[in-house]
Amino acid sequence: MTHIAAHQPLDEKTVGDGIRSFIVENFLFGDAQAAPADDASLIENDIVDSTGILELVAFIEDTFGFAVPDAEIVPAHFDTIARVRGYVLARAPGGDALGIRAA
Amino acid sequence: MCGVAGFLLNEPIESGSARDHAGQALLTRMVSAIAHRGPDAQGVFVDGRAGLGHARLSIVDIAAGSQPMTLPEAGLTVSFNGEIFNHVELREQLVAAGCNVRTRSDTEVILHLYALMGPDCVQHFNGDFAFALWDARRQRLMLARDRAGVRPLYHTIRREGFYFASEIKALLQIPGVVAELDPIALDQIFTLWAPIAPRTSFKSIFELPPGHILLADSDGRRVVPYWHPAFPDRGDVDHRQDEDTLAQQALELLDDATRIRLRADVPVGAYLSGGLDSSLVSALAVRHVGRRLQTFSVTFDSPEHDESAQQAVMTEALGTEHHAVTCANADIARVFPDVVRHTEAPVVRTAPAPLHMLAAHVRGNGCKVVLTGEGADEVFAGYDIFKEAAVRRFCARQPASAMRQALFRRLYPYLPGIRAQQPESLAAFFSVDGAEADDSLYSHRPRMRATSAAKLFFSPALREALAGYDASEEMAACLPKAFARWHPLHQAQYIEMTFLLPGYILSSQGDRMAMAHGVEGRFPFLDHRVMAFAARVPPGLQLKGLLEKNLLRRAARGLLPADIATRPKQPYRAPDSASFAGQGTPDYVARALSPSAVRASGLFNPAAVERLTAKCGVAGVSGFRDNTAFVGILSTQLWLDAFTGSAARGKAHPGAPLSSLA
Repeated sequence: MTHIAAHQPLDEKTVGDGIRSFIVENFLFGDAQAAPADDASLIENDIVDSTGILELVAFIEDTFGFAVPDAEIVPAHFDTIARVRGYVLARAPGGDALGIRAA
Repeated sequence: MCGVAGFLLNEPIESGSARDHAGQALLTRMVSAIAHRGPDAQGVFVDGRAGLGHARLSIVDIAAGSQPMTLPEAGLTVSFNGEIFNHVELREQLVAAGCNVRTRSDTEVILHLYALMGPDCVQHFNGDFAFALWDARRQRLMLARDRAGVRPLYHTIRREGFYFASEIKALLQIPGVVAELDPIALDQIFTLWAPIAPRTSFKSIFELPPGHILLADSDGRRVVPYWHPAFPDRGDVDHRQDEDTLAQQALELLDDATRIRLRADVPVGAYLSGGLDSSLVSALAVRHVGRRLQTFSVTFDSPEHDESAQQAVMTEALGTEHHAVTCANADIARVFPDVVRHTEAPVVRTAPAPLHMLAAHVRGNGCKVVLTGEGADEVFAGYDIFKEAAVRRFCARQPASAMRQALFRRLYPYLPGIRAQQPESLAAFFSVDGAEADDSLYSHRPRMRATSAAKLFFSPALREALAGYDASEEMAACLPKAFARWHPLHQAQYIEMTFLLPGYILSSQGDRMAMAHGVEGRFPFLDHRVMAFAARVPPGLQLKGLLEKNLLRRAARGLLPADIATRPKQPYRAPDSASFAGQGTPDYVARALSPSAVRASGLFNPAAVERLTAKCGVAGVSGFRDNTAFVGILSTQLWLDAFTGSAARGKAHPGAPLSSLA
């Protein structure tokens, strides 16, 4: 499980690495070679299913310290590593809620 | 209901010779291996090249129905598992035609009808059967299997001849036959939940597909189909048929199908889940039996799976003598190794386990025959997958429509993971965009994709053995020519009826679980007259909007309490990985999934399995893919242990093959 300390600044790399390592650990059971490209669909590549997306949301909430509203649990935010990263950077406390940095 | 076994050798056996003794001994061993199917009596028969064995569960004409049964005047002998439900009517016709019918048994009817018309006799049987018939005059062996695939029949070829049996464990008694897992079958199970017939989980052992006969004589050996599910061309569906008239006709046919399935010299009970299908069958049965009907059900601790409230409504309404058995998660874990020994195939769901317990409960209450509602979902369009395909097609026509996508939420109201999702997520999970509308497997792609995701755990060696094999391609290649002309609902029904129904539902959840305890299941919805009738009903009356089993509900209206007749479908499911989680989990689970055991089997990636086991360890997981993987891997490991492990090797018979004996 990835832990990102509260004092750690949220930059693209930290967030992206955290998400990727969660995906490898939790959905690919450690098989880093099977890790998807940043812009590859997690759903179409059968990495995340309807339960998986909720596991991913729970991870985001626990790790980055904010709640994801139901209406925002959509492929536009959660279907690729890049989208999740952009969403987290925009939503996390201190993040850019306007989504300027979102990929 | 019983078990059959036998052989057809290349060289005849001389009576009294060492080979004769060896042949009889082999038949006895084969029959003993499936004695659970027929604990009441055993019999063997050897004549020239042929040998037939039988394990009997006495149900019809208990005194005179022993087997193998010979019709001396015709030189015919049969070993028969199952029932010919219309044997009463067939016997009347045989007697009218001047046949000397001696017993009340349906077995004798098979012999006479074959004597009259040869292998075409199967066309006249309304029943669930697997039989082997030796025609001594023609030196011909005939194997036959019922239309829907209720009763199993397997075979294998050796240098010295051809062998067959109701279960594979009987074939494993043959000297030289060694159990080996077929990797292609494993890939099929991890795609479709079952191997594609005639393939089985065992290399070099095959099943006779449902609706087929096999003939072996001087012309060689050939497998010939005599029936398959058929639907009208899309343009030929008669939409003018009146709904109420059709519902009435459906009810009359189901009533007759139930009536003839109550024929037995022992009491016939019924499974009663609380759903529409088994409730209707029980309601029809109650009207025919002249006593209190015994009904049986499973209840679960988990509210997500439990239907005891509905069962109480039905047993009260029908006044049945009801027996329920409670299935706790720990029970599933307890019986699971025995379940796999009986399914003889890896499974990706634990759902067979509660049915294993239920059959034991039935037998424990002195009952050995039960009616069930199985088949209704296939024949009367009850499965969610049919609705799901309709919604996907509807959404694909306007992919941007959130209103259309919101329909996905209505598909699986009983799945908590789905309820929480936004419509556009659901559209993505059900691949609204990605699928080709003219793909023949359109209806089943999401399920196959979700199941196949568990192949993530396949080891590099297994992947290499599979060499890019695609089970869904093979499945698509099996579809008949006319398939492309059918309505999409009919296409989806055909796929269910041809692959999952015989390969998993009737086998792993059906015959194998019931027969593990010497219990025979009977299925009014799978009466071929009912199936043929339902195929002609306009698809829009079967699945009306998103109301599944519309016509059946209408047919059942006057017979069932309103809350049962109108109840949305609750598919039969059991807790999967959660059954093997937490304290008190039997030791075999950790043993079977340990890195060393997984490495020894060579099929899965040990490190990934270790992480999966950890993820499931505390309370189980809720995801489809993870549950599929956990149960699929565990059952595969148990399969290997049961059939190729040291215990199995110790039991293997060291005897010489029949070919080497004089």
